[in-house]
Amino acid sequence: MIIGQAFGWVFDPTNYSGPGAVPERLWEHIWISLLAVLLASVVAVPLGYLIGHTGRARGVAIALSGGIRALPTLGVLTLFGLVLGVNLQAPLLALVILAIPSVLAGAYAGIESVEPVTVDAARAQGMTEWQILTKVEIPLGLPLLIGGVRAAVLQVVATATLAAYVGAGGLGGYVFLGLKTQDYAMMLGASVLVIALAIAFEIVFALVQRAVVPAGVSGRADGQRKGSRERARNPIPEGTPS
Amino acid sequence: MITAPKIRAGVAAALALGVVAALAGCSSSSPLDSGSSASTDSKTIVVGSQQYYSNEIIAELYAQVLEKDGFDVKRNFNIGQREVYLPQLQKGAIDVMPEYSGNLLQYYDKNSTAKTESEIASGLKDALPKGLRALDAAEATDQDSYTVTKEFSDKYDVTSLADLSKVKDPLTVGANSEFQTRPYGPKGLKSEYGVDVDFKAVEDSGGALTVKALKDGTVQLADIYSADPSIKANDFVSLKDPKNLILPQNVTPVVSSKVSDKAAADIDKVSKVLTTDALISLNTKSTTDKEKASTIAKDFLQKEGLL
Repeated sequence: MIIGQAFGWVFDPTNYSGPGAVPERLWEHIWISLLAVLLASVVAVPLGYLIGHTGRARGVAIALSGGIRALPTLGVLTLFGLVLGVNLQAPLLALVILAIPSVLAGAYAGIESVEPVTVDAARAQGMTEWQILTKVEIPLGLPLLIGGVRAAVLQVVATATLAAYVGAGGLGGYVFLGLKTQDYAMMLGASVLVIALAIAFEIVFALVQRAVVPAGVSGRADGQRKGSRERARNPIPEGTPS
Repeated sequence: MITAPKIRAGVAAALALGVVAALAGCSSSSPLDSGSSASTDSKTIVVGSQQYYSNEIIAELYAQVLEKDGFDVKRNFNIGQREVYLPQLQKGAIDVMPEYSGNLLQYYDKNSTAKTESEIASGLKDALPKGLRALDAAEATDQDSYTVTKEFSDKYDVTSLADLSKVKDPLTVGANSEFQTRPYGPKGLKSEYGVDVDFKAVEDSGGALTVKALKDGTVQLADIYSADPSIKANDFVSLKDPKNLILPQNVTPVVSSKVSDKAAADIDKVSKVLTTDALISLNTKSTTDKEKASTIAKDFLQKEGLL
């Protein structure tokens, strides 16, 4: 049974020592994945907040990030590899591009999800635009942003196997080697590790996503929450000029 | 909101189930068993090729000379790896396959000690299973090579693997990951020539990324197939191998019992004119001029007077 052999490979102690051993590759995989998502966030979060807050260029952003999502990462990686050479930069850049659409969507969707009446109330209280963004929109939009980051991490962890295509390490090395040498236990075993890593990140980010919900709108606040929610959802209709 | 954790748990469970189901699916049959056993009548000759552009051109050469001689030919190209297509050849689903002599011998005889072209040719006669035979090999070879840049070769005065031991700077070889496990990989280089090299995996089979890595100096040595046009185009130097560390890979047609002597004679005509230079120029037409395999084959055969 190939599946049994795959798990046998995963738990084989001989794979856990020496150069190119599982812990080293696992660490490389985690490291490049998180670095890619971090870099993507540095680009996409401010941009997403700008789009979300001003409502400008929204259509362009959606179309662009949709288009970027469709790029085949192996092609992007090869293209960058031909320009930048065979090292860490090419796969890192390709993974950043992969991660940007999800993070961008999370950022602007988070801002847009804030009820307009809440923003109006903040503005009526005399908050500056910057205060509205940092004190109202960002905290309320954080769960959706983390959701976007979570989706990006999932994609990047799965796709970071391609880093090995240009010798940048990670668990993909086992996948390629297993495929080319007909060592399917190794290939599948490495895939199992990638899946396990992805699930582990999913769990962590699911917890973070729940933790960042501001107390005022999470289930943790008691009492009048429901009523206020109801009102927020059905704001007093704006009166037509009489 | 209240049910969100439940939904999430449900999704996680469904995901986990999906993973298990997907993995279980893999266990029932090998994922690489392709259904390439085409049903054809007994007169049709099925020509196969590996998933390698150069191999496809050679297969096209065989196919066209056979058609010229009046045989019905069915093309079954891009079949992938030896482990997939050789069993199909033994089963009779494929009748002609362009092969590479050294690797073919090692596939059937893991303990073979044959090193030279003639040793391999005679080894193949005994090693091939019943029903298969190797026709005469062409002069053309297409094999792994340790290739360096001209600058490297000049700087260290290296033209052969034996010269590498003079190089005191650290050396890294770039190649597909499986190269690391092959007898002619870094371990073989150490045992035959006493040279220590590091290894860097670049998974494009000596393609553009490997060439880039070699030019950049990210790697000092690269495994580039000897019939690859990029060697000439970049003025690279493939190091000589006086101890035959790398087995010669002469282009060798392997045929099933369905291939008559008349058909074999047609294929032999191709092998006679297929020199390494000819193979490189065929490959160049594919990689540089982006011509189709069928066009490249036709032009070559017409030039050689075989069509």
